[in-house]
Amino acid sequence: MKNILTNLFNKKNRGRTLSFIIVILAYAGIEILTHSVRVSRLFTSLLVPTCCYIVLALSLNLVVGFSGELSLGHAGFMAIGAFTAVCVSGLIGSVIVNDILRLIISIIAGCVVSGIFGLIISVPVLKLSGDYLAIVTLAFGQIIKSLINNIFFGYDANGLQFSFVNNSLELQNGKMLLSGPMGATDTAKISNFTAGIILILITLYVIYSLIDSKYGRTIMAARDNRIAAESIGVNISKTKTLAFVISASLAGAAGALYALNYSTLQPSKFDFNTSILVLVYVVFGGLGNINGTMISTTVLYILPELLRSLRDYRMLIYAVVLIVVMQVTNSARVRELVNRISSKVFKKREVRL
Amino acid sequence: MTFLTYLISGLALGSVYAIIALGYTMVYGIAKMLNFAHGDIIMVGGYAAFFAFSKFGMPAPVCILAAIIICTILGVIIERLAYKPLRQASSLSVLITAIGVSYFLQNGAQLLFGSDTKIFPVMLTDGSLKLFGGQLVISYLTLITIATCLLIMVGLTLFINKTKIGKAMRACAEDKGAAQLMGINIDTTISITFAIGSGLAAIAAILLCSTYPSLSPTLGSMPGIKAFTAAVFGGIGSIPGALLGGLLLGVIENLTKAYISTQLSDAIVFTVLIVVLLIKPTGLLGKKENVKV
Repeated sequence: MKNILTNLFNKKNRGRTLSFIIVILAYAGIEILTHSVRVSRLFTSLLVPTCCYIVLALSLNLVVGFSGELSLGHAGFMAIGAFTAVCVSGLIGSVIVNDILRLIISIIAGCVVSGIFGLIISVPVLKLSGDYLAIVTLAFGQIIKSLINNIFFGYDANGLQFSFVNNSLELQNGKMLLSGPMGATDTAKISNFTAGIILILITLYVIYSLIDSKYGRTIMAARDNRIAAESIGVNISKTKTLAFVISASLAGAAGALYALNYSTLQPSKFDFNTSILVLVYVVFGGLGNINGTMISTTVLYILPELLRSLRDYRMLIYAVVLIVVMQVTNSARVRELVNRISSKVFKKREVRL
Repeated sequence: MTFLTYLISGLALGSVYAIIALGYTMVYGIAKMLNFAHGDIIMVGGYAAFFAFSKFGMPAPVCILAAIIICTILGVIIERLAYKPLRQASSLSVLITAIGVSYFLQNGAQLLFGSDTKIFPVMLTDGSLKLFGGQLVISYLTLITIATCLLIMVGLTLFINKTKIGKAMRACAEDKGAAQLMGINIDTTISITFAIGSGLAAIAAILLCSTYPSLSPTLGSMPGIKAFTAAVFGGIGSIPGALLGGLLLGVIENLTKAYISTQLSDAIVFTVLIVVLLIKPTGLLGKKENVKV
């Protein structure tokens, strides 16, 4: 027992253990709060989306932070996961009545399909670098949004019906699953907060396992110095593909959970701004910093909602916060000040000892 | 004849993209940053011209001048306040700051001017040229747009290659440290780059709003993304590349809208972009940089 504990809190595993503890404590705290006090509807409505965005930001951090590639189209993977899940959930709705089982199957479907797209997009990813790669991911996000905007998909007694660009479906007593720009309508809301927390825990497990493995080290080696990594025999294409596919699958899972939390969802939700929003969470939390990403996502996602009373000014304040934080964290004067304060605090502790 | 009409209107749209792309490409070439707020400067230019024309009743040339001056000043202020302190910071920090500036401009405009769509007045001309006995109708606006774009390209190329400031800009793009040692004031050079880019954005704004006469706070974001794509398409950092990329993007977009599908035009444009980058990873006219160990 003592062995396990020391193992959990030794230097190598401390960060990982801390992440799990933060998530579980947050879950316990929120569950107690929602069951004991009357919380506002706004608060409960924010729980699942926050979980989704945390998973999304963690998955993007894998690409931007650990693999060192700028991706501007992460919402595309989220969209693929979301609409796959909606379709799967709608199709199996009559066969599998259990909501939890249906949710799990839908999320896995979203995850797999999104991962396949991640594999496709990793072909240009391997050939390009820097800003050219960023623009390809941006283009990818736009293409996905534009395609989903044109898909009409449904089923009736005659089986599955599909049409592209122009809606030519005439369903007899059937159900539309995707209706072009209208997106998914009348989806069964089967997501819940517990599922969100479990998805975060799974994501944390996947990411930590990857980072601590041989592949994780090669991914970071390739980020820090591509040529040096290649010269000692690291297969760059393989490591980068791996990071991209895992990131895409996790984003797909997040999208699936997100979609099943709303009865209607439009493809326009997953536009360039959403990709940028998630990127902001990642950069705010710190590249490659997992706990930081989780905290920054929670704060930055909830902040505009808390500022709702300020109405029109809230996005303006949000913008100012973004600019000011970037200025402050990059200012030499502030850094010096922080160093001085931390060294003073450190000294005091030493004296006490 | 219809093909020619679509081609010419595509060239006009492409000219607007090219003018915006110039702002992206110059800033990228010299400051090595993606200025995501560039699209929103277009929006500010549109509103400036709108208010000067409709509310204050100024003549068109004065309105255009006012829009250019306002955008230029705004561009320089943004650079000084938001980007200059981050010269040494990581490119992602600068990117996030640019996104912050973009949000700020969009939401500021929404507060000041309201989120409703305003109709942009006919400022330049609404006449058109009829050729081949009325079979081919080209609006004067289309011609003005294409001519303006070509004029700007020639002017800018001469400016960069012949003047002292242009030389300083090229030196900064090549190697900032070495340029500084040669006595070039880097801050001034970067400010001038932002000023030129923003001034061009104002011109693009007036051309864009005259062609598609609706004005809203999010007006600049889609043309901004498209022009950014055009800049990368042609090879970012290259001025002829911006022209080529812009024109090609405009023509492809218009022809797909006309012959394939309006809804799918975005998907097709971006697919072409990805294919081009797969074949030529640094864009059509981009320079390939060899990494030395």
